[in-house]
Amino acid sequence: MSSSIETLVNREYKFGFVTDIEADTIPPGLGEDTVRAIALKKREPEWLVDWRLKAYRRWVTMREPHWGNVRYDPIDYESQVYYSAPKTAKPIGSLDEVDPKLREAYDKLGIPLKEQQVLAGVAVDAVFDSVSVGTSYREQLGKLGIIFCSLGEAVREHPDLVRKYLGSVVPYSDNFYASLNSAVFSDGSFVYVPPGVHCPMELSTYFRINAANTGQFERTLIIADEGAYVSYLEGCTAPKRDTHQLHAAVVEIIALANATVKYSTVQNWYSGDEEGRGGIFNFVTKRGKCAGANSKISWTQVETGSAITWKYPSVILQGDNSVGEFYSVAVVNHHQQADTGTKMLHLGRNTRSTIVSKGISAGQGNNSYRGRVYVGPKAAGARNYTQCDSMLIGNRCGAHTFPYIEVANDTAQVEHEASTSKIGEDQIFYLQQRGISKENAVSMIVAGFCKDVFKELPMEFALEAQQLLGITLEGSVG
Amino acid sequence: MTQPVYMQEFREFAANGGGEGPSWLLPLRRSAIDRFAALGFPTPKNEDWHFTSVSPIAEREFRVAPAARIVKLSPADIAPLTFGRADWIRLVFVNGRFSSTLSSMAQLPAGVRVLDLATAARDEPGLLERHLGKIADYQHTAFTALNTAFMRDGAVIHISPNVELDTPVHLLFLSAGDASGNAAHLRTLIVAEHHARATVIESYAALSGAAGYFTNAVTEAVLGDGATLAHIKLQGESERAFHVGTLQARQARDSHLVSFSYAAGGELARTNIYTFLGGDGSGATLHGLYLLDGTQHVDQQTRIEHASPNTFSREVYKGILDGASHGVFNGQVYVRPEAQKTDGKQENNNLLLSPQARVDTKPQLEIYADDVKCTHGATVGRLDEVALFYMKSRGIGADMARKLLTYAFAAGVIEAVGVAEIRTELQALTLKRFTGAAAGL
Repeated sequence: MSSSIETLVNREYKFGFVTDIEADTIPPGLGEDTVRAIALKKREPEWLVDWRLKAYRRWVTMREPHWGNVRYDPIDYESQVYYSAPKTAKPIGSLDEVDPKLREAYDKLGIPLKEQQVLAGVAVDAVFDSVSVGTSYREQLGKLGIIFCSLGEAVREHPDLVRKYLGSVVPYSDNFYASLNSAVFSDGSFVYVPPGVHCPMELSTYFRINAANTGQFERTLIIADEGAYVSYLEGCTAPKRDTHQLHAAVVEIIALANATVKYSTVQNWYSGDEEGRGGIFNFVTKRGKCAGANSKISWTQVETGSAITWKYPSVILQGDNSVGEFYSVAVVNHHQQADTGTKMLHLGRNTRSTIVSKGISAGQGNNSYRGRVYVGPKAAGARNYTQCDSMLIGNRCGAHTFPYIEVANDTAQVEHEASTSKIGEDQIFYLQQRGISKENAVSMIVAGFCKDVFKELPMEFALEAQQLLGITLEGSVG
Repeated sequence: MTQPVYMQEFREFAANGGGEGPSWLLPLRRSAIDRFAALGFPTPKNEDWHFTSVSPIAEREFRVAPAARIVKLSPADIAPLTFGRADWIRLVFVNGRFSSTLSSMAQLPAGVRVLDLATAARDEPGLLERHLGKIADYQHTAFTALNTAFMRDGAVIHISPNVELDTPVHLLFLSAGDASGNAAHLRTLIVAEHHARATVIESYAALSGAAGYFTNAVTEAVLGDGATLAHIKLQGESERAFHVGTLQARQARDSHLVSFSYAAGGELARTNIYTFLGGDGSGATLHGLYLLDGTQHVDQQTRIEHASPNTFSREVYKGILDGASHGVFNGQVYVRPEAQKTDGKQENNNLLLSPQARVDTKPQLEIYADDVKCTHGATVGRLDEVALFYMKSRGIGADMARKLLTYAFAAGVIEAVGVAEIRTELQALTLKRFTGAAAGL
């Protein structure tokens, strides 16, 4: 429609810089030696090494899944680097000791690692390539008994908690990518909120892939003890490279009785160029377990990046009256492909779940919603509401919906509705004749389309998400 | 798996002339049986069979009934299955074999040909060669491949251009006597030339209650420009029967397929309704109703492929599940890049009447064009408490209110049936089943 939109679409990925930091990497390739080398570098206890090896041995027997509605060239797992850490002379004691270059990188990303934190009120753990580089606000959180640190640190300092919960929601044998992650996971964040504690600030992790040919395999573990509350934010970026990079993360959440965990993601990995060269393969397993009665886990995600996204944040609703939520906006442009959705597994009585998924496809992107709502025979009074809407911008994109609804209890009530349509020409026309430019009209319509999801995001993220969406989409009406 | 049994049977069948017919037929059969051998019976790992395991079919041995085992029936025996219309054009098949004595194809209007498949193979080889095996996909579908290898009995219906056939053509597929272990690979071809109009009813019924036989039916339909085909399938197999039935249609410009699929029988039953909207302005209206009880497993699959601009589809499927039954619905709407201005609506509603009943539903949209309007909805639940309360407040007892609402749930779809006799019969059946009332209210 307009050439200015064209230019906006092709706006460059602004996080595509490379930070030149000396890195401690292990040679590419994957074998038991690699697994042992990673464990050795991280000075891990024997039980964890064994667990990694079990995962690796299982992974070797597994086949890469191809049921997703995504196409890509085969991944050579042997050519990946499975561990890359920014070189530091000694363990980091405080944030001031973080390599200035790294700090600079995070400043570019706009991550408030320093004093801005006070204003932003966000406690940040930043994971650069494979290791966690610093966690802010620890003292303040520590007073409340909240543990927020890197997973590696948690293994050393809180081994009992890690040992009890690691793999309890996503077992090492869960799926191809989760097993791979279990074998080679490098670092990630660990959160524990003790009983009855309401975490006073948003906890945040920023993930960054920097080194070339490096896979990032972070693993996050969040435990909300009885009656606890925590809201957690995750952001991701990567430099522009013309080869694909693998990201296979695992996130596990455990909510005990009366606990609430809110997990928000703004995923903006490098998505490749207009021709579909490069970009991140984002194969992620995220799952939460509402283990106790009246617990709640809420996923909110804004997926604008990655060449391929394969991700299904799920909730196991085990405790009676527990609640699962999934709010998602997924945007694909150029040659991006997203196959994303959720699973809500209703096992306990009176469990409730809400799914709101908004997919936007532009360029030659393909966007699939794939979801499963399962109501078990014992889940009396279970309730699910699902809405998935797709918007198409341009005539070479695709939008697909694959919902699986499985109900084995007659007292359950499950509703699913979905719609797919073109962005409203008449709406654009109306806004234009009210004096609003076409670009603004499109972004207003899209913002309205996604409103139900954005309103679930914490304030800091809601703004970022809207901007990201704008960058990804502006100009795609053409 | 008993694949070798079918391979052996095919070798015998081919050695005996392969059901005769024109010279191109045997090679078609051979290529189909090869495909079946390669594909094997589908497993739940196959996405199309995710919720339905066919191992009860695959583990048993079913053979085509020898002519000697054909049960002799009189017109009086089939009278209850004729919707009170002895005058309809009717082909009757007993245990998978055509029965000319029970069939009535005498007074056909000009421009209408209705034949059994074996006769058509002899008298209309050209018509068969043009269409048979060209629409139903035996390359990727094991059951269609098996059917294509063994097809011998079935119907061929041809409606000439501009001919509007007012009388329905009724295909009655019966099982009678000791039909256990019997396989029926029924094959039907319906060709509605341009601007033709016809109604075809396929009904599957059992005269003997508990026979464990296997019906594997495939119907191919060709709709020319502006043609309208109403297809009504009534699946009332025996409670121990296995049924896999496929309707696969190809539609030209401005044609309209109006399908109604009723499924109430069988221990394990599957109906596939597939249509290809290949011409500008063509459309499909699909309605379905499945009523299950006991330990039945009934799977309803639909696939509408929008392959041309300005095509439309409307789909409503409803299921009522009682006992420990298991219902499956999979509705796929596929929109190709060239199918701009597609307008698709799909709905699937399920009512669970018992704690052991289970339903798996998968409404699916795959859209590769941008200027489209597609929606789908699916629900699973119990009767609306508010509606029940309202009826009780009007002096209707809780039990009767429940029955009436259950009936009303089904009645919405039954109203879509275009043939009055069938509509009335389905209404009476459903009313009786859910309210116990003989007729009327």
